[in-house]
Amino acid sequence: MIKRLSPYSTVILLVLVMLLFSSLSDGFLNGRNFMNILIQVSGLAIVAAGMTLVLITAGIDLSVGSIMFLAGVVSGKIVVGGAPLWLALPIALLVGVAVGWVNGIAVVRFKIVPFIVTLATLYMGRGFGLYISETRAVNLPESFLAIGTFKLLGIPLPIVIMVLVLVVLHLVLTKTTFGRQLYAIGNDKRKSVKAGIPVNKLLIKVYLISGLCAAIGGFVAIAQLGAISPSFGNQSEFMAIAAAVLGGTSLFGGKGGIFPGTFIGALLIQTIQNGLVIINADPYLYPLITASLIFVIVLIDSREKFGSHV
Amino acid sequence: MLKLHHIGKSFGPVEVLKDITLEVKTGETLGLVGENGAGKSTMMNILGGIFAPTTGKIEFNGQAFEPVEVSESQQSGIAFIHQELNLFPNLSIKENLFISAFPKKQGFFNTIIDQKSLSSQASALLAEVGLSVSPSTLIGKLTNGQQQLVEIAKALNGRPKLIIFDEPTTALSQQETDRLLQLINSLKEKHISMIFISHNLDEVKSIADHIAVIRDGALIRMQEAEIYSKKEIIRDMVGRDLDQFFPIRSTHPTESVSLEIQDLNADGKNDLSFSIREKEVLGLYGLVGAGRSEMARGLYGMEKLYGGQVRWKGAQMHKLTPQNWIRHGVVYLTEDRREEGILAFKSIRKNVQLAALPRFIQRFGGWLDYRSIKREVSSKVKATRVKYQDLEIQPVSELSGGNQQKVLLSRWLMTNPSLLILDEPTKGIDIGAREEIYQLINQLVEQGSCVLLISSEIEELLGMCDRIMVMNQGALTAEFNRSEFDQSAILKHALKAAHD
Repeated sequence: MIKRLSPYSTVILLVLVMLLFSSLSDGFLNGRNFMNILIQVSGLAIVAAGMTLVLITAGIDLSVGSIMFLAGVVSGKIVVGGAPLWLALPIALLVGVAVGWVNGIAVVRFKIVPFIVTLATLYMGRGFGLYISETRAVNLPESFLAIGTFKLLGIPLPIVIMVLVLVVLHLVLTKTTFGRQLYAIGNDKRKSVKAGIPVNKLLIKVYLISGLCAAIGGFVAIAQLGAISPSFGNQSEFMAIAAAVLGGTSLFGGKGGIFPGTFIGALLIQTIQNGLVIINADPYLYPLITASLIFVIVLIDSREKFGSHV
Repeated sequence: MLKLHHIGKSFGPVEVLKDITLEVKTGETLGLVGENGAGKSTMMNILGGIFAPTTGKIEFNGQAFEPVEVSESQQSGIAFIHQELNLFPNLSIKENLFISAFPKKQGFFNTIIDQKSLSSQASALLAEVGLSVSPSTLIGKLTNGQQQLVEIAKALNGRPKLIIFDEPTTALSQQETDRLLQLINSLKEKHISMIFISHNLDEVKSIADHIAVIRDGALIRMQEAEIYSKKEIIRDMVGRDLDQFFPIRSTHPTESVSLEIQDLNADGKNDLSFSIREKEVLGLYGLVGAGRSEMARGLYGMEKLYGGQVRWKGAQMHKLTPQNWIRHGVVYLTEDRREEGILAFKSIRKNVQLAALPRFIQRFGGWLDYRSIKREVSSKVKATRVKYQDLEIQPVSELSGGNQQKVLLSRWLMTNPSLLILDEPTKGIDIGAREEIYQLINQLVEQGSCVLLISSEIEELLGMCDRIMVMNQGALTAEFNRSEFDQSAILKHALKAAHD
């Protein structure tokens, strides 16, 4: 049994998965499909990067899927209603920050465990989004789709945004006081307070960042889809958590990172999805396979934390 | 340097500090001793800015000193080294040293940590405490003693004028302790004042210029360390003479073997075999890290076991789990009271009843018989002499360390154990409470139980045990019967291979 998860064991897993799919189908291993995978993964990777910060503080943010949905619906409705297109992004981001702020305040001020807080905002966000959209899909104008296909110096915009967000958050985690203190908080909150770390302030920021990333990630995904279905973002929180944990971030806090960590985790999940589509696997199998993967990685994470006898 | 004038502190009607007046001069070390709950922590919390005194004045560095926040006390030059280290094992030494204020780059990237300056500043601090490891090493990879040095380096970074050490040596091996004491001596030469709190009177005597004894919130005596004898100190601490520090048992071990262990393998390398007889106290001595706790925890089913045969009262034990052991009357008192022992925020009664609950299930209906539980809990905490205010309301976290330990002992006594595995039962506990724990052990043994006593304190084992086994790097290296007890021989066996 694998004793510890490291980004490198995930890289090996990724290579194995790619070998498997390319042996099963000729359509898998080529530059175009690989570019496709990168575009498809951009949304998930951005959401998972924000999630990584939360997980490092030993928290969890279950509301990201609903934030993706709500942010999309609110900005989509406004654009459909006649507002200029450029307004869509700032509004989406605002929604993300607002929900993140609610999460942060509830965790810090009201001392509610993150799991419960974000479970509540998960349902509230989804409910509110469904109310606004009257549970119908929001069809976006053509111009919206153009964002998804726009290329900057030949690189599709979603990839550019993903790289930008991931690089910034990676630098924040590894090179700034804020980032290093998050690892301390994840290890022991009480000790962190004693060490003079402004724990509450940082935790609020972390949930804000996660909300913001969820909104950006959602926006990037929507720009590729052209419409927001009522189920958009459903269970994205699990994908994001899985991507982070697959990349070596611990659910118990204090450990993990974005490069190669979360990025490779997200890439692995997306590659499996993409491969299953290409080999024409039964779509009902997708959740089964990703769920089994999540189960196994969480199991390894727990064993690492508590030892094998538990 | 530091002057306390008639300091008093009350929590509601409870007066925990009474009219304390004392002085620490520049470059001087004050040894502060007293039983748990005597008021030492309260005094330190006042200096640390956690509480304000009810009466009196503090003068520090020639100025009135009224800190209202932890950071304020730190900024004025007071540093604390707590018994419980405030380090993050998942971060490197240098990150731990500067976690609250990293050096930053200049100019546009002024939010980015300056790694070069971080490393060089960290190296300089490590050199000051004489720790020669790379500042990029993770804290989790260091020994307790090394971590302690990092903690001191962290304190030195603030250029403190006064360092307060609160039980700094409890988790250290003898060698590490010696090294720490040396370091403290070298700090003296830098004219840093220190307050050294410890239960180990030999240490206090060797390091302090003056010794102050606190009892029941009052300063009993303060005197030069050289002329304050250990006997006098103890008398002042407990308020009476402790002639018979290790009480004598009226019984001897019988011939019948209670626990028999064969080829127990807890580390994947060494097979250990030994047995404990009825009414016997078997001591297990070894340095920190010699594998004593690992063995006991493996035996008790809390850590992985690689093999071995265990017979309890003649019958083979198949399932080695805490649950099963408790059912057979074998209990384990953990070394890690805070993490594995107490339920900190639950009442004393809930803590004590915990392991014995199955015994109180009524035959009809399956309800718990709370009346009997309460009766028995209160009789057990009386037997162990827990000092408390309310069994039902007071959370265990409010009790002093010694009293928490007695609560845990009460918990195990509730199960009527026939074997007690006691892992460092008196660690960080004052003399009065210690003596009470020793008496309790003797009572249990006289009534027919046996005890496996794991301790790093050789005197405790010499005083309490019928037999002592020495463990060294995972293996049992020697065994001594009471008649052959020899402190230096035992020490030699515990240290020997470590030098090879």
